[in-house]
Amino acid sequence: MSQPLLSVRDLSISTVQDPRILVNDVSFEIHAGEAVGVVGESGSGKTLSALSVLGLLPRGVEVSAGTIDFDGNNLLSMDQESLRKLRGLDISMVYQDPMTALNPVMKIGKQLLEVIESHEELNENSLDRVRQALEEVGIPDVNRAMESYPHEFSGGMRQRVMIAMALILSPKLLIADEPTTALDVTIQQQILALVAEERQKRNMSMLWITHDLGVVANLVDRLVVMYAGRIVESGSVKEIFTNPQHPYTSGLLSSLPTTTDKTRKRLTSIAGVPEKPWLVGNTCAFAPRCSFATQECRSQAPHLVGTLEKSVSCFHPVGRAR
Amino acid sequence: MQGISTLRRLFFSSTFIRIASAITTLFGISIFVFLVLRVIPGNTITGAFGIETGALNPQQIAELRHYYGIDQPMIMQYFSWISSFLSGNFGYSYATGRSVFALTKVALPVTIELAFIGTILGVIMGIAIGMFSARKPGSFRDFGGQLFGLLALAIPGFVLSTAIVTIMANKFHYFPNSLEYMAPWKDPWMNFQQMMFPGLVLGIAVAAPVMRTTRSALLETIDKDFVRTALGKGVPARKVQFKHVLRNSLIPIVTMTGIQFGYLLGGAVIVEKIFAMPGMGRQVLEAITRREYATVQSSVMVFAIMFVTINILTDLVYRRVDPRIK
Amino acid sequence: MAKKKEVSQRGAIHYYLQSTSGIVGAVLLLFMIVVSICAAMGWLPHNPLDQNVDNLLHAPSSKFWFGTDDFGRDVFSRTLDGMRRSLTVSITAVSLAAIVGITLGILGGYLGKWFDMVITRVSDVFFAFPAILLALAIVASLGNAWYETSLAIAIVYTPIFIRVARGPVLSVKEMDYIKVSRILGFSSPRILIKHILPNVFAPIVVQIALSLSWAILTESGLSFLGLGTQPPNASLGLMVSDAQPLAAFAWWTLVFPSLFITIVVVGLNLVGDGLRDALDPARRSS
Repeated sequence: MSQPLLSVRDLSISTVQDPRILVNDVSFEIHAGEAVGVVGESGSGKTLSALSVLGLLPRGVEVSAGTIDFDGNNLLSMDQESLRKLRGLDISMVYQDPMTALNPVMKIGKQLLEVIESHEELNENSLDRVRQALEEVGIPDVNRAMESYPHEFSGGMRQRVMIAMALILSPKLLIADEPTTALDVTIQQQILALVAEERQKRNMSMLWITHDLGVVANLVDRLVVMYAGRIVESGSVKEIFTNPQHPYTSGLLSSLPTTTDKTRKRLTSIAGVPEKPWLVGNTCAFAPRCSFATQECRSQAPHLVGTLEKSVSCFHPVGRAR
Repeated sequence: MQGISTLRRLFFSSTFIRIASAITTLFGISIFVFLVLRVIPGNTITGAFGIETGALNPQQIAELRHYYGIDQPMIMQYFSWISSFLSGNFGYSYATGRSVFALTKVALPVTIELAFIGTILGVIMGIAIGMFSARKPGSFRDFGGQLFGLLALAIPGFVLSTAIVTIMANKFHYFPNSLEYMAPWKDPWMNFQQMMFPGLVLGIAVAAPVMRTTRSALLETIDKDFVRTALGKGVPARKVQFKHVLRNSLIPIVTMTGIQFGYLLGGAVIVEKIFAMPGMGRQVLEAITRREYATVQSSVMVFAIMFVTINILTDLVYRRVDPRIK
Repeated sequence: MAKKKEVSQRGAIHYYLQSTSGIVGAVLLLFMIVVSICAAMGWLPHNPLDQNVDNLLHAPSSKFWFGTDDFGRDVFSRTLDGMRRSLTVSITAVSLAAIVGITLGILGGYLGKWFDMVITRVSDVFFAFPAILLALAIVASLGNAWYETSLAIAIVYTPIFIRVARGPVLSVKEMDYIKVSRILGFSSPRILIKHILPNVFAPIVVQIALSLSWAILTESGLSFLGLGTQPPNASLGLMVSDAQPLAAFAWWTLVFPSLFITIVVVGLNLVGDGLRDALDPARRSS
């Protein structure tokens, strides 16, 4: 197996003041051209893990352990200027809320130009590149769009602009933090299709964060499932969907509404609420809500065991028989 | 049909409303000023004649009252004053022997120039220190910045001015303000020297609230999502500071600047006196002491018009600064 | 409901005591209050009006701790006495402004319609003026006695209390539970006291501290111009004004009164900020 493009090992993230652990010992990797989805409820630590790659953690939160390697370089020990050069050029990010993620007083064209400006000298082609980027994401009337301000656009359009900004310098890795969560379902589909197409064209790697398993099924190659700041299962999309081994994962899958099931059953949900990552002691985080939990589950924390194709962190992985 | 809707749109447009409201406020001020001055013991007659008023007999007093128009009912007096004011007749200053309008014409530019210099200095200092403080909130430099803001606020302007006068005039024997005032078109260098010290004192007074506003606006903006987006694009930190953070913090800063400028126009009375600047502040002060109705009334109205205008202008400026406001 | 309020106010005092600047401010303020009380009681080393002809313009010494002025008067005693005057005038002025302003503000906000509009318009007129100019004009009409100066300053600072009191009233009035209370037939005064006053409390307390600091600056400004306390009585602003020709060779005549004004204003500002942070419901999210 070739060197992974992005390799996150034993990553832990906690608050700076009166330290509380938010992300606990998380490891995963992404290979060139591969798309990995990180699935979990809010509070599971998925967004923080993604932000830590680019060093964009909010004030008061920091990486407390682990390494993040990109293309052979440890991002956590890099100096600010080198990290800055990576952002927007090698690694780009698209964020969850398109309504607040763009500078309200700067024209769209300028915001896109800024990406180019931050990494290269501007020349007479730069404006054309901006136009082209906007066209590619499906923005109509590009010239007018460039002179407009974010508030003149709808949420879906703003998200397209963000994607254009992220892709304009053809990064090797795109990190997407639930970019469709705040959008209508129909717009959601359009954006997903757009991203899938771009990814194919550029053979780009992707890290896609979501809480919605249904969304990522057709988008990514592998899945990582997070719960209460830890990884509970990971594997290829096929494996996860056909053979989920962690009770949480199978719970997530069965709560998905299907269009093929003719019997009108109630949607199943997992009883209870997720535990806060820093309150989980030396136990399995999911134990309180797990129907298979035993004494062992409540007295020890399980570890992630397995291969790239399939691994799970559980004392009683649900077998093939279901 | 078309015409009526355009008219309606015009009447309800926010600018129209704002101007109409400003005019009502100004009328309110004129009534207030008019009334306040009627409460002052003494009137135009005692103002003009001083001690000799006692020597006048009742018939002379009645004639004088008629001459000065103060035998009219209050409302008539008010309307005759307001109408002459609006036609440019600001009254007559008996002590100086000149029309108030002529006095104002000379004094107003001095005050405006001083207020302008004070505001510019204050805004530059305030924004610079505010940015300096906000970079690392809670740090030593933040503490220093906030300490400056506190002291700039707490040390009275007259104390600072007196200190400057003492040090400059008596220790260094350099005090351009003791010389005759020079307008900038007559002697720009002397004018600059004379504006320097009072401008600095006023600037420090302005810097305090501007610094506070800047700091809190910056801190609020720094946590916003679009700042993270900018950093995530690879925009250099310095550029993010100015183009994204500061630029979005401008609205409260612009508002505060407008308020401060308006304030300096009328509130520089003490500084004008200490540095012997022949501005409106000094004019009003002397007129109050001499119980000169006309001068005080008209000068105060001039102030009021200026404040209200500044308010409207500030409003227009931040419509330009924030494209979201339609 | 009542219990929650108690806890949050007790919590506020506790929170306040954790802020260093708040404590420093309180200490400075307390110091000034104490010295003013001493001055009021006459517990001063010398009579502020006593002239010692053979001790003109002496530097600070063991007998005259802050030195003497050009009339041989003890600067220390005069400074403390001046502080007493400043505080008396300011506290009177701000109390008056607060009482009138809060009443008008609450009434305006609560009763609404044209009553509110008139109050707002009138206070807007006042807002157009810088404090010193307005106070100047009013003092000129009224006179120099301490209560007249107080009244002038009170008039100048009433509008801000109207505005501060009105805000919370307006927002609380819109809240659903108030509407329900009215439907259920609770009387207006009861709604006022039980629901609106607690919300108005915090911003008012903060505003009082801040207005006191402005009032002291305005009062000393007026005295400096000769429109406040008259000689030979001691007043901080007047002392600074008298020091103008003297400061070059008798620094103590300028430094000490200035220092006292600065300290009390700093103290009041720190206290105001501390109160604002302690009473702000936003910080309770931690």
